[in-house]
Amino acid sequence: MLRGRAFRFGDHISTDQIAPGRLAHLRANLPELAKHVLEDADPTFAERVRPGDFVVAGVNFGLGSSREAAPAIIKLAGVSAILAKSCARIFFRNAINVGLPVLICDTDGIADGDVLEADLAASTVRDASNGLVLTFGRIPEVMRLILDEGGLVAYIRKHGSLRLPQTSAG
Amino acid sequence: MGRTLAEKILSEKAGADVRAGDIVVAPVDWAFAQDTTGPLTVRQFQSGGFEGLAHPGHTIFFLDHAVPSPRREYANEHAVIRDFVRRTGAVLSEVGEGICHQLMAERYAAPGELIVGADSHTVTAGALGSFATGMGSTDVAVAMALGQTWLRVPEAFRVQVTGAMGKGVYAKDVILHLIGLIGADGATYKSLEFMGETIDRMSISERLTLSNMAVEAGAKVGLCPSDETTGAYLASHGRGGSHRLLAADADAVFERTIEIAAADLEPTVSRPHTVDNTALARDLTGVKVQQAFIGTCTNGRFDDIAIAAGILAGRKRHPSTRLIVGPASKEVLLAAMEAGYIRTLVEAGAVLVPPGCAGCLGVHQGVLADGEICVSTANRNFVGRMGNPEGFIYLASPATVAASALTGHITDPREVL
Repeated sequence: MLRGRAFRFGDHISTDQIAPGRLAHLRANLPELAKHVLEDADPTFAERVRPGDFVVAGVNFGLGSSREAAPAIIKLAGVSAILAKSCARIFFRNAINVGLPVLICDTDGIADGDVLEADLAASTVRDASNGLVLTFGRIPEVMRLILDEGGLVAYIRKHGSLRLPQTSAG
Repeated sequence: MGRTLAEKILSEKAGADVRAGDIVVAPVDWAFAQDTTGPLTVRQFQSGGFEGLAHPGHTIFFLDHAVPSPRREYANEHAVIRDFVRRTGAVLSEVGEGICHQLMAERYAAPGELIVGADSHTVTAGALGSFATGMGSTDVAVAMALGQTWLRVPEAFRVQVTGAMGKGVYAKDVILHLIGLIGADGATYKSLEFMGETIDRMSISERLTLSNMAVEAGAKVGLCPSDETTGAYLASHGRGGSHRLLAADADAVFERTIEIAAADLEPTVSRPHTVDNTALARDLTGVKVQQAFIGTCTNGRFDDIAIAAGILAGRKRHPSTRLIVGPASKEVLLAAMEAGYIRTLVEAGAVLVPPGCAGCLGVHQGVLADGEICVSTANRNFVGRMGNPEGFIYLASPATVAASALTGHITDPREVL
């Protein structure tokens, strides 16, 4: 069970807002870059976020560049999961590869500051502030296996190869 | 039942008849990274404990994003890449060679290949009929180590473009119009497959512009058929032997068909801060621009520079509008020099920056001041993109950007052509 507060963001939050290009020189030092996480969407987020909190957004979260630093610093900042109506493809894949869950659900009923409880096994999120219970889309099985190992590198270290079950991602 | 181009390429790669929705593990023809994603690729490769590269000669590191290095941190990251290349035998594309996507087209990509790059605009090589897609550093590190990657076969949209483009209308206007039509997430996860007589008549440079921006609609790949034009392009780059004809089957199943009548299009501009926020150039004449930028993997090619030089020849940029020109590669720079276009543009008041990504990603070479507006041939206008979250970026064709540099405000190029 993941538990934390909701930090609300809007639609189309780009990787440039999450990990700005002007700070690309800090990518060799991700803990330092994490002090600026989501700075161009909410300059106060990095100092307010606490371990366990959730990033809650609208459609197309993480659009733009392939920079893996974007999900990596959201995770480093202590965020337990991202909830969004939809997510850009490369960001989604990168998030799973770094071990950060992205849960796709209708986030309209979640207000900034609400306390959320996410149950990954049951695919549900409960908003403890208003009683709302949301069901999020199933993470494709391939990605679930990678996420369960803590990311792609950990998966390959354990399994020795990219051998994956032949299954539909749905 | 017929197959889309994405299904066709991935079936061949996977050695099975795969369809949209299937998961494949497939051999990778080329894996690459650039200087802002490459160092993490190296670090993930090392943390994976991999012994070496699966195919060193098909593993490429491009120094193109922050080049020549504007500060110590980038210089050290470049050193990390050079050291890794030295130890593993990977290919290094040094500072000044050009932008990774342009060089993939000029030197490496071929129809039917599977290409993964740690850069979202890896989709550019789809113009040659390559299944080329952007991934993060970890995925690319794994592809470099194992020589394979996993993919879900995408559903496909057919983008059918017919008719002739009018004067002042270019491939950039086609793709901006399309993204305005379907939205910045209108093709998330999909294979955008361009076809129709307008595409058939386009040069490879124009097709590269289309495929480059497929990701701005969220697409996984942006594919053009490989035809005789593709063959001639490959031959002109000494790679005629890698050509083959390739197209979607006539009876392929597409999730959606989008029809565009090229003759109806007008010069189009994406307003801040999303690419789908499109308008016609002629409706934006009140927008004054302090900077005009011609370059990038979207529109930094020879014909783009030729169009700009044609508009600016014998004229001067507006005194309040800086003009920056960045060729996409060394080959483009040399050809533009030989044709006299660089002299024309510099005489018109342009500043030339080295082959590379230049100001596009906000690291250097054209960072905007607070409140400033740039009209750019690049592919992204997100908040903060050109190094300042208080800046404003409008995206347009090289003709529209050159015309705007001339007048000092956003200008429909038909007014100056």
